[in-house]
Amino acid sequence: MSADTTTKLVYMANQIAKFFESKPHDEGVAGIASHINDFWEPRMRSKFFEIVDAGGTGLRPLVLEAAANIRRPVAA
Amino acid sequence: MKDFIIPDRDFGTPAAKSKTMVTLTIDGFDITVPEGTSIMRAAAEIGITVPKLCATDSIDAFGSCRLCLVEIEGRAGTPASCTTPVAPGLKVHTQNAKLKQLRRGVMELYISDHPLDCLTCSANGDCELQDMAGAVGLRDVRYEAVETHFKAKNTSGEANPQYLPKDDSNPYFSYDPAKCIVCSRCVRACEEVQGTFALTIEGRGFDSRISFGAKTDTAITSDCVSCGACVQACPTATLQEKSIIEIGTPERSVITTCAYCGVGCSFKAEMRGDELVRMVPYKHGKANRGHSCVKGRFAYGYASHKDRILSPMIRDSINDPWKEVSWPEAMEFAANRMNGLIAKHGRHSVGVITSSRCTNEETFLVQKLTRAVFQNNNTDTCARVCHSPTGYGLGQTFGTSAGTQDFDSVEETDVVILIGANPTDGHPVFASRLKKRLRAGAKLIVVDPRRIDLVDSAHIKAAHHLQLTPGTNVAVVTAIAHTIVTEGLFDEEFIRTRCDWDEFQDYAAFVADPRHSPEATQLLTGVKAEELRAAARLFARGGNGAIYYGLGVTEHSQGSTTVIGIANLAMLTGNIGRRGVGVNPLRGQNNVQGSCDMGSFPHELPGYRHVKNDSVREVFESLWGVKIDNEPGLRIPNMLDAAVEGTFKGLYCQGEDILQSDPDTKHVAAGLAAMECVIVHDLFLNETANYAHVFFPGSSFLEKDGTFTNAERRINRVRKVMAPKQGYADWEVTQMFANAMGAGWAYTHPSQIMDEIAMLTPSFAGVNYERLEEMGSIQWPCNEQAPEGTPLMHIDGFVRGKGKFIVTEYVATDEKTGPRFPLLLTTGRILSQYNVGAQTRRTENVVWHDEDVLEIHPHDAEVRGVRDGQFVKLASRSGETSLKAKITDRVSPGVVYTTFHHPDTQANVITTDYSDWATNCPEYKVTAVQVSPSNGPTEWQEEYNAQAAHSRRVLAAE
Repeated sequence: MSADTTTKLVYMANQIAKFFESKPHDEGVAGIASHINDFWEPRMRSKFFEIVDAGGTGLRPLVLEAAANIRRPVAA
Repeated sequence: MKDFIIPDRDFGTPAAKSKTMVTLTIDGFDITVPEGTSIMRAAAEIGITVPKLCATDSIDAFGSCRLCLVEIEGRAGTPASCTTPVAPGLKVHTQNAKLKQLRRGVMELYISDHPLDCLTCSANGDCELQDMAGAVGLRDVRYEAVETHFKAKNTSGEANPQYLPKDDSNPYFSYDPAKCIVCSRCVRACEEVQGTFALTIEGRGFDSRISFGAKTDTAITSDCVSCGACVQACPTATLQEKSIIEIGTPERSVITTCAYCGVGCSFKAEMRGDELVRMVPYKHGKANRGHSCVKGRFAYGYASHKDRILSPMIRDSINDPWKEVSWPEAMEFAANRMNGLIAKHGRHSVGVITSSRCTNEETFLVQKLTRAVFQNNNTDTCARVCHSPTGYGLGQTFGTSAGTQDFDSVEETDVVILIGANPTDGHPVFASRLKKRLRAGAKLIVVDPRRIDLVDSAHIKAAHHLQLTPGTNVAVVTAIAHTIVTEGLFDEEFIRTRCDWDEFQDYAAFVADPRHSPEATQLLTGVKAEELRAAARLFARGGNGAIYYGLGVTEHSQGSTTVIGIANLAMLTGNIGRRGVGVNPLRGQNNVQGSCDMGSFPHELPGYRHVKNDSVREVFESLWGVKIDNEPGLRIPNMLDAAVEGTFKGLYCQGEDILQSDPDTKHVAAGLAAMECVIVHDLFLNETANYAHVFFPGSSFLEKDGTFTNAERRINRVRKVMAPKQGYADWEVTQMFANAMGAGWAYTHPSQIMDEIAMLTPSFAGVNYERLEEMGSIQWPCNEQAPEGTPLMHIDGFVRGKGKFIVTEYVATDEKTGPRFPLLLTTGRILSQYNVGAQTRRTENVVWHDEDVLEIHPHDAEVRGVRDGQFVKLASRSGETSLKAKITDRVSPGVVYTTFHHPDTQANVITTDYSDWATNCPEYKVTAVQVSPSNGPTEWQEEYNAQAAHSRRVLAAE
């Protein structure tokens, strides 16, 4: 995975988080998870989990909290 | 081919709207009509046509020609029937010896100053003056004209000072003063129908002449926007389409739908044989009500332009020249390549882009191709780059992804908020309808960084112009909500009954926070707090409030948030669910609404149903006999990222030019270059085709049957008026390609595709071609609950149940100005051009706009040494380009503006890849830039043009 893609995905996840941060905490966490589940293609979610599994550098705390509720794509 | 002519009878004066009915007698027949109806119209309704010249039912009566005189028992004289309203018990006579004599006298005078060259006149057979001479039995003209308006020279050979030569300056119609009877129908149409006020009457009495603007102006130098309303209204050959002059009168007409913007005007395509003679706006079209703009009315020449490609073409590599091949050969080549990629890289390595310019049926087939044949959800459409945030925002708040009203609704609006839209350029026919309402007293609030025409133009002045800094929409919308909530202007009863009250409490507490007040945000937004408060009060208290918005709302990193904010404002003020109110996205392309409805998005099946829902997938699986992927597919920017990464290899792109229209051209080019099979299906070798391996030539909207869905959710028929020039309608091409890949489809007419859509999609359940024939058009949802369709949505409750208030925190875009890039660039559209210009650049419309220019404030120009009309370099973090500068105070200091209709400009080299947080809709409307004087095209523009020229080579036939 290129550095470029990592930066882009982190940026996108954080952008989503910034919207949901203004919601009550639990609703925000659920909102991020369902948004990513609904709109991110498995390839994007696989890369997202590579980032999370490597420590989640750069991801906002709410994204990391939401990660538990994001579906891990089945390995192709 | 079927002829759908419905006689367009002219009733002489507009219909009256009163509910009080009046009965009178005309020529012995009783007739009951609404109060306020003219005697002329009442007579027309029982089939009696009173002779007339200056009256037509698109404009108010004027009473100048004195031909429509009638007698009324018990009243003196012979009043004009066009200006005399009906009254109970009147006994009217439209024909008797006295009236006949009077009318003949009037006609005799008219004809004495009119050339008698009927046989060779271009209006021969289509001239009301000719018809009236016949109708009144004019057999002789006793007057010998000494002074005339139509003879170039008098009898002694001297030039006639009253003679004015023909004005041919407009590319589409001519103005021949010699044929003019000064009925002023054109002047009134320009005023009442179009609202431009370009035409006027110069002089008095015998000297009265129709004039475009001042005496020294011509049609082209005046304010005329070439909408054609005057041509439509003219009863003689004075204002006439050049195509009629050139070809002759049409012999049949077919009703169809314009293929330009999302207003979706109905037109009559008037034909002679298979030659299109002219396009005439259709009076009974429910979106346009007989009006048109320069694009739909006149700019159809692209369909027969020499640049159109009529043969399929293939090539192994994008460095090779194109080779023309037969259809079967092209299909085999394309299918082999795609199948090879699927075999090698898996079924997720390919995808499609559907077109918002093609029909619903064509779009449905393209998404079906990827879902049922490729077996993935990698489908996206150009709505990604325009209205995808509308889908998200309105879906979340109201429960459905569409505008709430029909266009007629504007007739009952009292206050309009227009935000991030420029309808006089982008949606001209809607703009004319809006202006008509504004002239009748409705108030307008414009929220736009640029002083658009509607802020201040002929007889229109916005009550408030909130000239915000680009990128601060959310802050402005939330500040409006703050004012409404803290000043107690909200509609509590509506909110309690129609929305979730608890969610409202949270929302109200959020917006009431002083940090959202207009005073706290004015430094950020650039909008004066007092002005914003006044606008908020006007909207909340001013009666029926409607919000219309465009891409200035959606194309931001907080596009979806602003759409939510707009929905909040409508709910807050109770402006949902009746005529005159609502939330109305103005859609860019003719079928953006339709392409979204048809399941073009990678997460949704037709009818906005997420692919994760088992029950929804099952419906499709059982009909199509395949397994539907339950994971969302790639969106356009994700496809390009995946292509650069090497996991996305093949694309079928129908009627869409992503290389020109999508942001960050260099990234798009890199993505396309990385793919191994790019199939472009288009009328022209567009910019994307520079990176294509297969080219399927497309058919124009004149060459196929189908439907378009406009911004009102109105499904309109598109009808084939001529055979496809390259052999096949686009739906047939997609079907051939699908079948070459093994699909086994067997559609023989688009109506069968619509039947399949209706079977699979609850909101379309009641739609079929027979219903469309009967009703003319249908607004979805159309099903058992709403068999006649749905002009207004959310009448008794929201689609989702309770309306949902959602908090809208302002998050500044990361695209920020700084010392290197101190100005903000925003982009838009101009009236005469459309989208990437592929169509309009290939018409005479280029006389109005032959290149994109950069609007810059005089102050910013001066400090940079930029002069008007000079080349400037426009640079951002993404790239640089050059274009000519236009110095104007329409933009604020610190803001520059351009259009993106010409590929030479490459405005998207400048735009960044920042995008909406929810939908990845690109942030076209905010780019930090620097402007400096320049000598001409940049290195990138020259390289790009060289690559394009190299790539467009076609091998000479052997």
